[in-house]
Amino acid sequence: MIALSDVHKTFGSNAVLKGVNLTIESGTSMVIIGGSGTGKSVLLKSVLGLVHPDSGLITLDGKDVTKGDRDAFLARFGMLFQGGALFDSLTVWQNVAFRLLRGSLKRPKSEAREIAIEKLRRVGLKPDVADRFPAELSGGMQKRVGLARAIAAEPEIIFFDEPTTGLDPIMSGVINDLIREIVVEMGATAMTITHDMTSVRAIADHVAMLHGGVIQWTGPVKDMDQSGDPYLDQFIAGRAEGPIEAVR
Amino acid sequence: MILLSPLGALGRTSLGFLASIGRVALFALATLRHMVSPPFYGREFAVALLNIGWLSLPVVGLTAIFTGAALALQIYAGGARFNAEAVVPQIVAIGMVRELGPVLVGLMIAARVTSSIAAEIATMKVTEQIDALVTLSTNPMKYLTAPRVLAALLVVPCLVGVGDIIGIFGGYAVATGSLGFNAAAYIKNTVDFLEPLDIISSLVKGCVFGGIAALMGCYYGMNSGRGAQGVGRATKGSVEAAAVLILAANFLLTGIFFSL
Ligand SMILES: Nc1ncnc2c1ncn2[C@@H]1O[C@H](COP(=O)(O)OP(=O)(O)OP(=O)(O)O)[C@@H](O)[C@H]1O
Ligand SMILES: [Mg+2]
Repeated sequence: MIALSDVHKTFGSNAVLKGVNLTIESGTSMVIIGGSGTGKSVLLKSVLGLVHPDSGLITLDGKDVTKGDRDAFLARFGMLFQGGALFDSLTVWQNVAFRLLRGSLKRPKSEAREIAIEKLRRVGLKPDVADRFPAELSGGMQKRVGLARAIAAEPEIIFFDEPTTGLDPIMSGVINDLIREIVVEMGATAMTITHDMTSVRAIADHVAMLHGGVIQWTGPVKDMDQSGDPYLDQFIAGRAEGPIEAVR
Repeated sequence: MILLSPLGALGRTSLGFLASIGRVALFALATLRHMVSPPFYGREFAVALLNIGWLSLPVVGLTAIFTGAALALQIYAGGARFNAEAVVPQIVAIGMVRELGPVLVGLMIAARVTSSIAAEIATMKVTEQIDALVTLSTNPMKYLTAPRVLAALLVVPCLVGVGDIIGIFGGYAVATGSLGFNAAAYIKNTVDFLEPLDIISSLVKGCVFGGIAALMGCYYGMNSGRGAQGVGRATKGSVEAAAVLILAANFLLTGIFFSL
């Protein structure tokens, strides 16, 4: 279980998180929605320790994430970055198998390559991309390589930052199914950021909406349409008018 | 108040300067620690050796040969003013080995290697690749900084050695080709004149300058700001810092080797 309590983060004069409280049960899928620039990516990075919150407590299974063995902590996680964050000096398969080629999960090269190609297949990429470099791929393909890398070592907890942005509708469907499958079949805990309401409905057990630096609404996905929360309603319907000012 | 504000600015600048010296020192210590503790990334180290050492040879060779040749011309012309033209081999040797070889190689490495390390790591930072390394249980200091700095510490002295020899050869070529020196005598004079300390100081300087060059590239890269502008600033800052630090270290080392 991941729990955030009263997490604050300010960059210079820009207060991004102003007391976030959120709980994600193990083996469930949490989807975070919210306007662009509200701090969703910062929230995920705070859990991983890539961004250091100014105050507040983040725990994993009851233990403070900033204390204890960091390597053991990170070994439980996989993360898809919003921009892909592929290593451009390595080929696609070496990116996907990065964790399997060094450190505690190290295994023979041929085996790592086979796993990488299998993961690429699962995100809809053919084996012939394996030996190309990331710069030779389209944006959507890079995203999917990033996804394959996040799931390659079969981590317990996976964070997806906008997994379907830049993908065609069919490929989005494939990725939504994949994320759902990882949670249901492998029992992983997933935290996904997305702007795509179809994805929300396909992936989520629970939904949380970040607005104004706090969790504006959170609950099971089935309650999302009857929440009675004007902010959430406006977001789901995609209306320009409402409590969320569209033009700032 | 108005009179005090320049003082305040001065104080702030000095504090900032001291703070950055502290940060660089901590960064260097952390790098050393990662260099000696496993895991070691052999492939990264090999690539760094190739980039910093082998691929720098052409530029080092060209710099050294022209400098040695020009030095021979200058010393011949200058020496003629007091009938001391014959010292060309000795002064070229000592000038190249003690001073110009290490400094010029150091500055060339700052231009070629520091800038590319800084730009590469800063781009990785800006595109979240450094964050991605962390989430893949890989320490960026260990994976990126340690192999590069270690490679530079080992390979830049070799480059300096090569530069020294090529520089002396440049002087030799000009002296025997157009200044009328005897080839065998030139070489004998050079070899007899150089002392072990000259060569040791040259290689030690190479090692220190290489370390500075790689360290500055990594430091500025890792601390890059956001966006393309951040990468540009990091690259510029790294080369400036490396060049100035190399020249300052050269002064210090020369003092330590030859006046104590
Ligand atoms: N390293 C940083 N330094 C300074 N400001 C930052 C940094 N990272 C994020 N921010 C700021 O924090 C705010 C939230 O950024 P974040 O990337 O979390 O947004 P987001 O909710 O993920 O938006 P999007 O949906 O567009 O990805 C933005 O205003 C951004 O400028
Ligand atoms: Mg984001």
